[in-house]
Amino acid sequence: MATIESRVSSNGADFIANRDGMLALLMRLRAVERRAHDASTASRARFAKRGQLLPRERLALLLDPGKPFIELSSLAGYCMDNPDPEKSIPGAGVIAGIGFVSGIRCMISASDSGIDAGALQPMGLDKQLRMQELALENKLPLVQLVESAGANLMAYRVEEFVRGGNLFRNLARISAAGLPVVTVTHGSSTAGGAYQTGLSDYVIMVRGRSRAFLAGPPLLRAATGEVATEEDLGGAEMHTGISGLGDYLAEDDREALHMARDILANIDWNGQMPSDKDRSFKPPRFDAEELLGIMPMDHKRPVDMREVIARIVDDSNFLEFGERFGSATVCGNAHIEGFAVGIITNNGPIDPAGANKATHFIQACCQARTPILYLNNTTGFMVGRIYEEAGMIKHGSKMIQAVTNATVPQITLYCGASFGAGNYGMCGRGFHPRFCFSWPNAKTAVMGGEQAAKTMAIVQEASAERSGVAVDRAKLDALQAKIVDNFDRQMSVFATSARLLDDGVIDPRQTRAVLANALQICREAEVRQPQAMQFGVARP
Amino acid sequence: MKTPFHKLLVANRGEIAMRIMRTARAMGYHTVAVHSTADANAMHVAAADESVCIGEPLPSQSYLRIEAIIDAARQCGADAIHPGYGFLSENELFAQACADAGIVFVGPSAKAILAMGNKAVAKQLMMDAGVPCIPGYQGKDQSEATLFAEAKGVGFPLMIKATAGGGGRGMRLVRNEEEFVDLLNSAKSEARSAFGDDEVLLERAILEPRHIEIQIMADRYGNAIHLGERDCSVQRRHQKVIEESPSPAVNAELRARMGSTAVKAAQAIAYEGAGTLEFLLDRAGNYYFMEMNTRLQVEHPVTEAVTGLDLVEMQLRVASGERLALTQEEVHLHGHAIEVRLCAEEPAKQFMPQSGNMSLWRPSKLLRVEHGLNASSTIPPYYDSMVAKLVSYGQDRDEALRRLVQGLGDTVALGVNTNQTFLSRCLQHPVFTRGEATTAFIGQNQDALLASDPREMQEAAAIAAALIHAISSGQSSLSHVYEVPLRLAVGSELMEATMKHGAGMSCMLRMGDRQFDIQLLSVDQHDVRLVCNGVGRKAVFQRDGNVVLLHYRGQAWCVLDQTHEAVLSHAKGAGDGKVRASMNGRVIAVMSRVGDTVQAGQALLTLEAMKMEHVHVATMAGVLLAVNAGIGDQVSAHRVLAEIQAAVAA
Repeated sequence: MATIESRVSSNGADFIANRDGMLALLMRLRAVERRAHDASTASRARFAKRGQLLPRERLALLLDPGKPFIELSSLAGYCMDNPDPEKSIPGAGVIAGIGFVSGIRCMISASDSGIDAGALQPMGLDKQLRMQELALENKLPLVQLVESAGANLMAYRVEEFVRGGNLFRNLARISAAGLPVVTVTHGSSTAGGAYQTGLSDYVIMVRGRSRAFLAGPPLLRAATGEVATEEDLGGAEMHTGISGLGDYLAEDDREALHMARDILANIDWNGQMPSDKDRSFKPPRFDAEELLGIMPMDHKRPVDMREVIARIVDDSNFLEFGERFGSATVCGNAHIEGFAVGIITNNGPIDPAGANKATHFIQACCQARTPILYLNNTTGFMVGRIYEEAGMIKHGSKMIQAVTNATVPQITLYCGASFGAGNYGMCGRGFHPRFCFSWPNAKTAVMGGEQAAKTMAIVQEASAERSGVAVDRAKLDALQAKIVDNFDRQMSVFATSARLLDDGVIDPRQTRAVLANALQICREAEVRQPQAMQFGVARP
Repeated sequence: MKTPFHKLLVANRGEIAMRIMRTARAMGYHTVAVHSTADANAMHVAAADESVCIGEPLPSQSYLRIEAIIDAARQCGADAIHPGYGFLSENELFAQACADAGIVFVGPSAKAILAMGNKAVAKQLMMDAGVPCIPGYQGKDQSEATLFAEAKGVGFPLMIKATAGGGGRGMRLVRNEEEFVDLLNSAKSEARSAFGDDEVLLERAILEPRHIEIQIMADRYGNAIHLGERDCSVQRRHQKVIEESPSPAVNAELRARMGSTAVKAAQAIAYEGAGTLEFLLDRAGNYYFMEMNTRLQVEHPVTEAVTGLDLVEMQLRVASGERLALTQEEVHLHGHAIEVRLCAEEPAKQFMPQSGNMSLWRPSKLLRVEHGLNASSTIPPYYDSMVAKLVSYGQDRDEALRRLVQGLGDTVALGVNTNQTFLSRCLQHPVFTRGEATTAFIGQNQDALLASDPREMQEAAAIAAALIHAISSGQSSLSHVYEVPLRLAVGSELMEATMKHGAGMSCMLRMGDRQFDIQLLSVDQHDVRLVCNGVGRKAVFQRDGNVVLLHYRGQAWCVLDQTHEAVLSHAKGAGDGKVRASMNGRVIAVMSRVGDTVQAGQALLTLEAMKMEHVHVATMAGVLLAVNAGIGDQVSAHRVLAEIQAAVAA
């Protein structure tokens, strides 16, 4: 294979400007994420008084030390709970990710109950649904650390209630798919939340803390007049001893988490899996730190995406496919930590030749069962008369067909722009890639804000000309500015990731590690044969 | 008269058996080890040419069985027996049994042993030989009235000592007349149970004396020499802890005087072999005979170091009928030697003996270390708690001391608690470094010598936590960045800490107001190189589940990771209601029954180990759910002895 030759100079003015821009975005990302941590940690005294651990402490004790943990959708719901970007708390009330528990890779979802007692936040339902989808697609056991006050009655919306049924449907499907669901009920799990417990295969309850009932004392009293304490209605002792909803009784959070680890340690989950020990590979020849300085903050400036590839693939080796044909669309084969991968990326708009080449390459990857990685850096499909004449639409359609129906795992990484139909052709979120990550500078939109504004202005001017009215320049300028603002506001990762249009924003320097993990997850899912059942595991 | 032999049986175990066999083999003698069933895999058995099992673990059923040992000698054709120290080394019946069986006993005659074994007889013999003795009373009239009258004559303070005694048992210090009768009775009852003989003698108490002993060697032809003194003043409960030669308190003139006294005494009783006369030396330079040990002493290596002689070789030569090869004038003392006794014990708990698996043992290569341990050995609960002797030598006392401190800290002893840190503090205490320690040293300074240093403990716990939480699988760059709420226990100290993983094998720990930035540079099976707050260090460790045994900065630590264990909120600090055995031992009393309502702190059971009783109490108030041990049961450390269901506050 050919080794990519890098032309990046880490002392160049462009590089330094790019890096400064990227680092500023990363700092903002971490500061926003930190807000969820701080808001949750503010409950420390209340938790300590009840002998409880904070949600992140629970995760720290659940996870295997030193093993990878990829936190997902940390920006979910950002600016949707509160439009003020300086006050909004991201995360949607749930901390989720893929990590290891007792050596078993699991999907993990924990109520961020330090915030608003774990009440469901905007996008909270969607975030949980996405995590369940990830567990199902990737054949991962699901571990839930539940402590949720449930939905806020003041914010009740009927469609959320009905759509919420998906949460429970998915739990039943996960269990039936042969994927164990382990749940620690750290605190309240009322009403709908109670089924989150009831639909789990293994339930650990904490003495004096767990609560699971269809109706708590106030609702019970309102409905039937019966008076009962929370502990009597749905405490850990009642459920583990009388109702049978709980399987394990823990004295406190620490012990409960130890039990969760113990439960997984006693499942021979990886017994049939091929050993990972023989996998050997070389690191890239170039420093991952340099990934900070490659992408320009202005998406109109060109980038050679081979510079990115050189910093994420083994030994910086890249076997480029059809290099001389449709050159703006770059395709080729490489390995990431030993896992074969086909890479498609953009050094410019996708033209008919590029779309054809990509289609060919996708099909070849499917034939060889090679997962595909889409490194998005496109302002869209090529426009103009000669391209329309050349059949840009039908060639783009072919590419979309190939992406849609590809039979191999597809992973999407937004490295820069992902505009227009280019987002579709490059396996945007709408095309259900197995994983979808963004760099902090990524931008997603139907088109650039300026183009949109310009388009609108031309339409307006033409209309004015037809009616013979003079164009109101000031009004048009104001309208243009409004459009630019509307587009720009929605294209940044702080908006797209908040709406779960990806699975999370990653530090460019961790790209290789994240992708290697994702590829390994895909590979294991392909090999693993869980014992599917017709109906999941039922409680006694 | 020559009594040549060719095969030597060593009627002992542990380090002294190893020591004797080493010289014996070098001299061309075949060696035979005897052992109890508990010692079947011990080093001394492996080191011998032949070995014979002589019984069950308890000494009375093995190492003290004269018949079995004589039979073992016959069985292997051993024609000489070295008794070592302890066990049968000062038992005249054993010496006689050897003589009767035609086996050479490496030691004095039965008659000499008998004479010196009875304190009253010994004292009389010594006074007759002109050896200064402590004023006192020793007589057959043991009536309370007589003893009280005599006590007033001797004067207070005085010591009551069992005449058949040793090792501090049956011994009492009486400060004034009023205390006398009570202490007399308790001394007598202790003597009766320990030795089957409650005869006592009275002696003037010499307060804060030094313990100075003179090593002598005599042949059967009337030749005797002394090999200088040993200062064994650092003692706890009358057991030696540190020994050195020469004594900082003895000059050449005093040495010559005490030496010639000792030689004369040996000659007066026609003594043969190695022996030691123990004296008390007061501040004025007066010395008084205490007792004579008719055997090789534990601390003989310091004498060997300063004389350049092999005392076991001299013993064997004398026993085979050779004449002493050197005269007094040919004995020269050079330099300074210090020895410490490393014991399996818990200094902070009244030096309670410990047993169990010394899972990692690496004696220092900088010192002469006499021991009987493999890299991983079991220390049985039945025998003496001393596991090794560490001996340093230097041109002068400062050098010897420096080397000993270094070598002691360098010695890795993990798995069983030892007095390593205590010894190190003794050696570095200003009173000892100035050479001013008397027998009162440990008692007067025990707070400083025993206090645990919370800062050292925190640092050790932090290192252990890093070893548990930071190396499990080699750090992924994607490892989570949540703070891990750790709970660590060192002994009864519980520490809370938070840990954050860093890049590579690094982490940051916060513990109270302290922060530890730890990076593990390299970790192999037991050895780790690390940087803690900017200082690179080495450590040795062994991990077994959530227990880390750690040798760090010269000390051994046992850190228990309780991060995943419940902290019961409804019975704070009481753990889980289970009462666990604090050590290996035998249950000798059960005070409560299932169903009893117990209060926190109420005594439930008593364990006995190494002749010491240890009461186990209820950890919380509640109802006794189970008692899992009965009288006579041998239990291992940490076994659940009883379970309590907490009384729930209404």
